[in-house]
Amino acid sequence: MKNINATISIVKKELRSYFVSPIAYIVITIFLIFSGFFFFKDFFYFNQAEMRNLFQLLPIMFTFVVPAVTMRLFSEERYSGSLEILMTLPVETFNAVLGKFLAGTIFIVVMILPTIIYLFSILLVGSPDMGPIIGGYFGTVLLGGAYASIGILASSLSKNQIVAFISAWAVTFFLWLIDKIVIFLPSKLAFLQYLGSDFHFRNISKGIIDTRDIIYFLSVIAISIILTVKILDERR
Amino acid sequence: MISAEGITKSYGNVRAVDNISFAIREGEITGLLGPNGAGKTTTLRMLTCYLKPDSGSIKVGNYNTEENPLEIKKIIGYLPESAPLYGDMLVYDYLNYIAEIRGLEDKGRIRETGKLCGINDVMHKNISELSKGYKQRVGLAHAMIHDPDILILDEPTSGLDPNQIIEIRNLIKEIGRKKTVILSTHILSEVEATCDRIIIINKGTIVADDRTEHLQKDKVNESRLSIKVSGTDHDTLRRELSSIKGITSIEEKEDHKLISLSLSYPGSMDLRPDIFKLISSRGWIMYEMKPEHISLENIFRELTAGGDNEKH
Repeated sequence: MKNINATISIVKKELRSYFVSPIAYIVITIFLIFSGFFFFKDFFYFNQAEMRNLFQLLPIMFTFVVPAVTMRLFSEERYSGSLEILMTLPVETFNAVLGKFLAGTIFIVVMILPTIIYLFSILLVGSPDMGPIIGGYFGTVLLGGAYASIGILASSLSKNQIVAFISAWAVTFFLWLIDKIVIFLPSKLAFLQYLGSDFHFRNISKGIIDTRDIIYFLSVIAISIILTVKILDERR
Repeated sequence: MISAEGITKSYGNVRAVDNISFAIREGEITGLLGPNGAGKTTTLRMLTCYLKPDSGSIKVGNYNTEENPLEIKKIIGYLPESAPLYGDMLVYDYLNYIAEIRGLEDKGRIRETGKLCGINDVMHKNISELSKGYKQRVGLAHAMIHDPDILILDEPTSGLDPNQIIEIRNLIKEIGRKKTVILSTHILSEVEATCDRIIIINKGTIVADDRTEHLQKDKVNESRLSIKVSGTDHDTLRRELSSIKGITSIEEKEDHKLISLSLSYPGSMDLRPDIFKLISSRGWIMYEMKPEHISLENIFRELTAGGDNEKH
């Protein structure tokens, strides 16, 4: 954290790179089409003034969307050689990784912001329970951050963005899946459900803010960032 | 200013740099010369703290690369090979980003550096749209924006056209008046034209380290003289010149009008008076007598024979 100004500069630079490229808008549009479809399906078909269905689908949607957002962060730098520029500037590796993580997470927040329109839509026609909605958004930020950190870790491992995307998707999909397959495993392995991202996200999106769930997401973020820093430093 | 002691770096089983030591003095332009894959880029990457040596130590100013990499990065300006810049950024935005990271508050510095590097007219162009020469200039501006004490340039003129090469060389010479500059190249004329000092590196080891003029004098212990004469024939001239003690070789050169020869003799001797006297005593006419410049090419070939390695 020694050079926070450098981190802020990296965040600004990465956000600018996201929004000057059409890929950002394509990713946001695809996300909004899918999330809008699943939200309005319940809204119109079942006359339900709630956002539960949207939040139920976010963890699996994010396994595709977040790796697509983060795959370029280090892979592109390694491929083009600009990592040499970044790593020979007076910036700690941690500050560089943190800057990219924050930029990725901010992008995800910007991506989910338009879904607030759905909230206003249901407020117009009904009186939803706000607890799960606030919890859902809070959990979404934590989930997005955790997946972004995994995406950055995968991006630091390969020059190839597709490899980075697939690696990040595999890890995040495994974390989404693990609590669902635990019933097929011996009871001794039941503790594995606590590794599941969806398990913790479901708790938060019910409107129950439990420190264990928050600690889970923060731990995933911390471990991924530390590993990314280690990988970048070891490559020297 | 910079001292490297016994540095070694391997990539897997390939030893890119093998136990090299050198010192670079303040205010000199030092050329790191070697064939492709000799270990130049690896050496520069270690000096700039991008790579860590497997063994040995590097001191830059009062700092050690192992203990104070951040301090070293502050006093070094580095242009990596092929200037890998962020293509999606405008030139001004890119330089502003570098200035922010380096903590420069004076935004005027961007324009000053832009002026020095001749890029002020492309400040609002996308980097990906620039020609190779302009990209290289932006890379130089990136390296110089914080007015560093040490400038490290990896193949600064590679891929440029002849005019751009001359411009960049002049710029480097200009900078080298005040700063310590280290540049790597495999182009011999580049070091001859720009550098005060040369370190020749081959297969990861240093094979020569001296001032440019000393290398030219000492490493090839031979003087060469070109003469053009009329009034006699090749065989007679050759026979007569052979009688001068010290001449080691006489080569004929192509010339349609005059008899043109290239003479070699030990660098410690000066045979020009003897040659002149001989020709004038025979009544022949000497049109020309000039020392032939022994280029670095000979030294380079001699020192790096068979050294065109694979790029590491």
